[in-house]
Amino acid sequence: MRLRHPGRITVAVILILLVVLFVLDAAQRTAFDWPDVGKYLFDQRISQAALITLQLTVYSMVIGIVLGLILAIMRLSPNPVVKAVSWVYLWIFRGTPVYVQLVFWGLITLIYNSIIIGIPFVHTWDVIKIDWVPPLFFISVVGLSLNEAAYMAEIVRAGLLSVDAGQEEAAKALGMSWGQTMRRIVIPQSMRVIIPPTGNEVISMLKTTTLVAAVPFSLDLFGRARDISAETFVPIPLLIVASLWYLFFTSILMVGQYFLEKRFSRGIGRGRPAIENDPDAPVIVGGVGGVR
Amino acid sequence: MTPVQRATTPDAARPMVEAVAVSKRFGGNEVLTSISLRVERGQVMCVIGPSGSGKSTFLRCINHLEVVDAGRLYVDGELVGYRERGDKLYELKPAEAARQRRDIGMVFQHFNLFPHMTALENIAEAPTTVKGMSRRDALERGRDLLARVGLASHAGHYPSQLSGGQQQRVAIARALAMDPKLMLFDEPTSALDPELVGEVLDVMRELADTGMTMVVVTHEMGFAREVGDAMVFLDGGVVVESGAPRELLANPQHERTKAFLSKVL
Ligand SMILES: Nc1ncnc2c1ncn2[C@@H]1O[C@H](COP(=O)(O)OP(=O)(O)OP(=O)(O)O)[C@@H](O)[C@H]1O
Ligand SMILES: [Mg+2]
Repeated sequence: MRLRHPGRITVAVILILLVVLFVLDAAQRTAFDWPDVGKYLFDQRISQAALITLQLTVYSMVIGIVLGLILAIMRLSPNPVVKAVSWVYLWIFRGTPVYVQLVFWGLITLIYNSIIIGIPFVHTWDVIKIDWVPPLFFISVVGLSLNEAAYMAEIVRAGLLSVDAGQEEAAKALGMSWGQTMRRIVIPQSMRVIIPPTGNEVISMLKTTTLVAAVPFSLDLFGRARDISAETFVPIPLLIVASLWYLFFTSILMVGQYFLEKRFSRGIGRGRPAIENDPDAPVIVGGVGGVR
Repeated sequence: MTPVQRATTPDAARPMVEAVAVSKRFGGNEVLTSISLRVERGQVMCVIGPSGSGKSTFLRCINHLEVVDAGRLYVDGELVGYRERGDKLYELKPAEAARQRRDIGMVFQHFNLFPHMTALENIAEAPTTVKGMSRRDALERGRDLLARVGLASHAGHYPSQLSGGQQQRVAIARALAMDPKLMLFDEPTSALDPELVGEVLDVMRELADTGMTMVVVTHEMGFAREVGDAMVFLDGGVVVESGAPRELLANPQHERTKAFLSKVL
């Protein structure tokens, strides 16, 4: 019998051997401290922190998506003022590192500790002190979501532009308003283009939440892991524990992304209804329903 | 062209479409120059002309997808896209323009069906969102319309699962679902394979038989001759010639018309 892909098989065997070697070696190294990994993996402090990381991710993404949608629609507006506002927002938030932005948001209560009523540099009538100090969790969400909105705006814009102009025209000709056209016709079709990169954004956000240390907020997964290891002087098992949790969440997100993508490619495949679920059915990626 | 008066005549005698010296330019390019014509109730008006002559632009002006620069367009006696107060014209708000478009059906060269909806959902969409019809009624009505265009068994198909001819028939049904008083067709068969043209023309013929007023941009001269009540030949944004289709096709008066017809017939 002849092997069909001798090269591939050789490489695979070598790789498997290397992985086995690495695992065997890792199991013996004391620095990894596997018993400690097991001990902390389901430590209540860690699982609570994991929940906080999830909350940071979800809140920041939801706000980021909504703001991004608004910014994207603003950028497509025929009104130059509206367009410019959106452009400047994107310029600032995409042009500066998110870490730096988070430090800024952390200092916001120092910068804006009062409202001055008067004419700048000339006269001050009154100064209103701001006593409210927002919780660090809140500031973290603000920082993460405002940054995310700038990236989501570009993703949404690309999605809206991907929908054939004839769709908007057909909806208009039926007497649908601009809002109805967007909601019922344009946005659902743009989802096919918007969802894959948005899924990536969610996964990326989950990991970016580690940067809230800049605020400084430390009740998230990585912050908690760091704090615990600062007490116990064993950083490595806690790094592994945090990584396992992040990996667990991202794996779930990837599965979810797969199903969402499937759901929103409805009507794009060319198959007859009977074979609609055929995974081999060709999918038209670029066009709209093979109309052209 | 018959000289046109302001559309103040009541109901039955009132033309369905009346264009009075309509002009349209894109930037410096004048695409329609002082077009005047009228389409009577129940008439099928065919519009022919070479590529770029402004046929699509004229149709799009009728339902205010394009804004007219000069002149007036009336549909069923109502000024399209503007409100007349005193001597001044005020452009309608988007919501009012949308209201006018409801009563005018439009069928496009490339069908423009909504690809994320089934044939039936395509038809039921506007009646539910625009007219507030209940989903159940809209779906039932949609089934009737699908049957009328001979696609009763294709309700659950997505546009990508239909042939071009079938898609265009669904598109016609979708426009009819809004109970339009006027139907505009912009080269409805020119994107179709030759063997699929007939099924779409059959549907249009039946629609004309029900007394629907139709403006049809087409190069199907057989259809125009048989179904059309009137015909205009557009070239360079002006109405060069108009008349009964048989007459105009058999006996063109203008050199430009003759030249065009010799190419397409
Ligand atoms: N949105 C637009 N902006 C600028 N120019 C346009 C626009 N739409 C149409 N035109 C121009 O107006 C002219 C008439 O176009 P129109 O589409 O009405 O012609 P047509 O008679 O329908 O041609 P065809 O048979 O190719 O469909 C063309 O020169 C075209 O380039
Ligand atoms: Mg055209």
